Amino acid sequence: MSSAATVLTMDDWLEVGRLDDIPRLGARVVRTLYGDVAVFRAGDDHVFALDDRCPHKGGPLSQGIVFDHKVACPLHNWCIELNSGCAVAPDEGLARSYPVKVEDGVVYLQLAGARAAH
Amino acid sequence: MSKEKLVLIGNGMAGVRTLEELLTLAPERYEITVFGAEPYGNYNRILLSPVLAGEKTINDIILNDEQWYRDNQITLYTGKKVVEVNRARRQVIAEDGTVAPYDRLLLATGSNPFIIPVPGNDLPGVVSFRDIHDVNAMLAASQHYRRAVVIGGGLLGLEAANGLLKQGMEVIVVHLLDTLMERQLDKPAAALLKLSLEQRGLKFLMGAQTAAIIGEDRVRGVRFKDGSEVAADLVVMAVGIRPNADLAKKIGLHCERGVIVNDTMQTYDPRVYAVGECVQHRGMSYGLVAPLFEQAKVCANHLAGFGYSRYQGSVTSTKLKVTGIDLFSAGNYIGGEGCEDIVYKDPGHGVYKKLVLKDNKIEGAVLYGDTVDGAWYFQLMRDGTDVSDIRAGLLFGQAHLGDSGHGGQNAVAMMADSAEICGCNGVCKGTIVKAITEKGLFTLDDVRAHTKASASCGSCTGLVEQLLANTVGDYSASSKEKSMCGCTDHSHEKVRKVISEQHLTSIRAVMDFCEWRSADGCAKCRPALNYYLIAAWPNEVRDDYQSRFINERAHANIQKDGTYSVVPRIWGGVTTPAELRAIAEVADKYKVPTVKITGGQRIDLLGVKKEDLPRMWGDLNKAGFVSGHAYGKSLRTVKTCVGSEWCRFGTQDSTGLGIKIEKMTWGSWTPHKFKIAVSGCPRNCAEATIKDYGVVCVDSGYELHVGGNGGIKVRVTDLLCKVTTEEEVMEYCGAFMQVYREEAQYLERTAPWIERVGLSYVKQRVVEDAAGRKELYRRFLESQQQAQVDPWAERAEHGVDRHEFVPLKQVAK
Repeated sequence: MSSAATVLTMDDWLEVGRLDDIPRLGARVVRTLYGDVAVFRAGDDHVFALDDRCPHKGGPLSQGIVFDHKVACPLHNWCIELNSGCAVAPDEGLARSYPVKVEDGVVYLQLAGARAAH
Repeated sequence: MSKEKLVLIGNGMAGVRTLEELLTLAPERYEITVFGAEPYGNYNRILLSPVLAGEKTINDIILNDEQWYRDNQITLYTGKKVVEVNRARRQVIAEDGTVAPYDRLLLATGSNPFIIPVPGNDLPGVVSFRDIHDVNAMLAASQHYRRAVVIGGGLLGLEAANGLLKQGMEVIVVHLLDTLMERQLDKPAAALLKLSLEQRGLKFLMGAQTAAIIGEDRVRGVRFKDGSEVAADLVVMAVGIRPNADLAKKIGLHCERGVIVNDTMQTYDPRVYAVGECVQHRGMSYGLVAPLFEQAKVCANHLAGFGYSRYQGSVTSTKLKVTGIDLFSAGNYIGGEGCEDIVYKDPGHGVYKKLVLKDNKIEGAVLYGDTVDGAWYFQLMRDGTDVSDIRAGLLFGQAHLGDSGHGGQNAVAMMADSAEICGCNGVCKGTIVKAITEKGLFTLDDVRAHTKASASCGSCTGLVEQLLANTVGDYSASSKEKSMCGCTDHSHEKVRKVISEQHLTSIRAVMDFCEWRSADGCAKCRPALNYYLIAAWPNEVRDDYQSRFINERAHANIQKDGTYSVVPRIWGGVTTPAELRAIAEVADKYKVPTVKITGGQRIDLLGVKKEDLPRMWGDLNKAGFVSGHAYGKSLRTVKTCVGSEWCRFGTQDSTGLGIKIEKMTWGSWTPHKFKIAVSGCPRNCAEATIKDYGVVCVDSGYELHVGGNGGIKVRVTDLLCKVTTEEEVMEYCGAFMQVYREEAQYLERTAPWIERVGLSYVKQRVVEDAAGRKELYRRFLESQQQAQVDPWAERAEHGVDRHEFVPLKQVAK
């Protein structure tokens, strides 16, 4: 894990780890004071970040099965779009999503929304 | 780029359903225009009978109102009849001169009522029963007139007669033959139906051939071939419908009775498609909802340019929509050469059931008065299930409806709207019916997606199917094999076959070979594929953990709050003070909030944080414990009673045998969870007769029982055979598990699997074929060499999958 002695503000890009640290078609958790953020890596190496809470009953989305750009919640199998955080119809709900970028194999998040939400 | 133009002729259920499917697949592809001859939006024609009977209003049966067309930018012309199509110029021309150009044309012109060619058939007061206009005409007549004659004692005629009776008219049903609904019922069932309708006040004239409708300015009566007459103020012709292919014929498309289409719903003009009642596909025309909607789905797939879906015909069943009369009919219900009938008759209670069997398979069914099991028989019929093993109890039904979770209710029609149907998700009857009508749902999967009813444990599936049948009007299904999931059209069986025949050893290879439609598969097919690969090639396949459900990935059970539960293996349920102390210490050390004794004679430590799992497992390993696999589609426990070592009744060493079996079978992955028990005597304290594999010790040896289940639907095991030595118990156990492992569908417990393939088959493989049994046993033991590695030790000591248990990063603020 990278050093916690970071001086960035929450609005800046925050380095969270290497792309290779996240299994393909899987997810890892970034722990913040405002709750867990799930960072997903799709089969095509696109990376997405969502609050680690299913809009249905709060299941940890990071533990779900990832396919295409979606994740199936491990508790009751709701499908959530990784890009938008929207539940796939006919279910309705939204998990907050965060901006992500990958540069030189390093994953960065912008967590401003996490703070704003609390 | 400008959009292609799609014109739909016929604003009915099949055509509009095609548009709906198309809009979800390719919302931007077409500019759509719809012509409808009737002055309404799209409505559920099947439900006209309840409207006539005053049980529903027209608004209740509207599926798409005009706003829907506006919302989807569809140009709708109602009340405009299309009279010409210029296929060379690709233009549709309506009666009033409206011209609409097309790139693709969809015909959904439905069907026409058959009008008997007799004098007077065009007199005022003679109507058919086909659309809202007819229903309004009948309702208006019932206000002013008293006597109605309905010509036709089929489904449609009886529904019309019942409706008019409810509106206060005196109704005589005239039928050419001596059996009502002869296309759906045999004579005994038809006689019961006639009796019941007569008790309601309907009158019948059987074997009466209409010669003329008499009257001057308005109908006055009906005259028959034998010269007799009856008086009538209203005559309803309901003798049948025929596909409306008039327009198609006129514009030169190949037609027989209906518009001929291929399996992609394309007519002889490649730009022109057709769906619904106007269509003739493989010699068949359909007038029921489910086949039309299946056609719609296939047609939309091709209109959207996807090009992979095929319609292969439907098997249909019928239900009469007369409130209070339960009637179900499917397939060949008459029988004939090579067929056998099984009949149950209780005229006093108004119950009649008949199944027609041929080659041990259900060919057809007629149920009257008790139709609870209609959906089940229909399923057995479509699947071509061999019913010889269950034949003795077949007519008494599946008894799957009154099991756990819905208060023992098994007939939905009389249930209150507030009655709970789905005990898992708390869904009431009213909610389901509302969703079906308001959202236009037509299949079980639709209802599951929208309401969650029957989407969890599935025990209420039979009830939901009944609700669908009652609310939509009919329930039928396609004859094709069920595909694994939306990613493929292949069935579980086909995929398994390909995996072994083609020697495929990775999920990617299977998806490529079978041309999966999605890049990564989905949460439904990937775990199944992973299991099939491991089961087929245990020595070669690398387990794909990202395709496993979280419990099997984390080797613990996820709980509602995201924590996990840990269940160490306690062999045969026998433990020691030292082991109990070790568990107590672990529970203290990791501040485990709840410690619970499980039903499988083990100890469950609940509420463990994921990060703590590997260290906790390490501590448990040190005390000699391994994973209990309480989280897996795998061997769970071997439950035992104390047996001959202590019990005064025990006949054999059931605990010792249970431990031996557990040592042999632990770690094995199976299609679904697998439970074993060994009881020391027929008192059966280990409840072996509701396990997947149960051993009941007797003085002379061991009874082996299979296919039991103590869950949603309690199923008592079937006796497989009796053996005399412990070695045989082990061999039969391994062989039975291996057939199940190699042949059942993923997530299919042994109970439904045995019901599907038949006990005879399992006996043949495991009992009768001794060489085959030994080979199965050998394969089982071979796969166990790879499987019996403790996943907890791998993770606690060797750091396997460390990423699974630690956060990527902790952010300090």
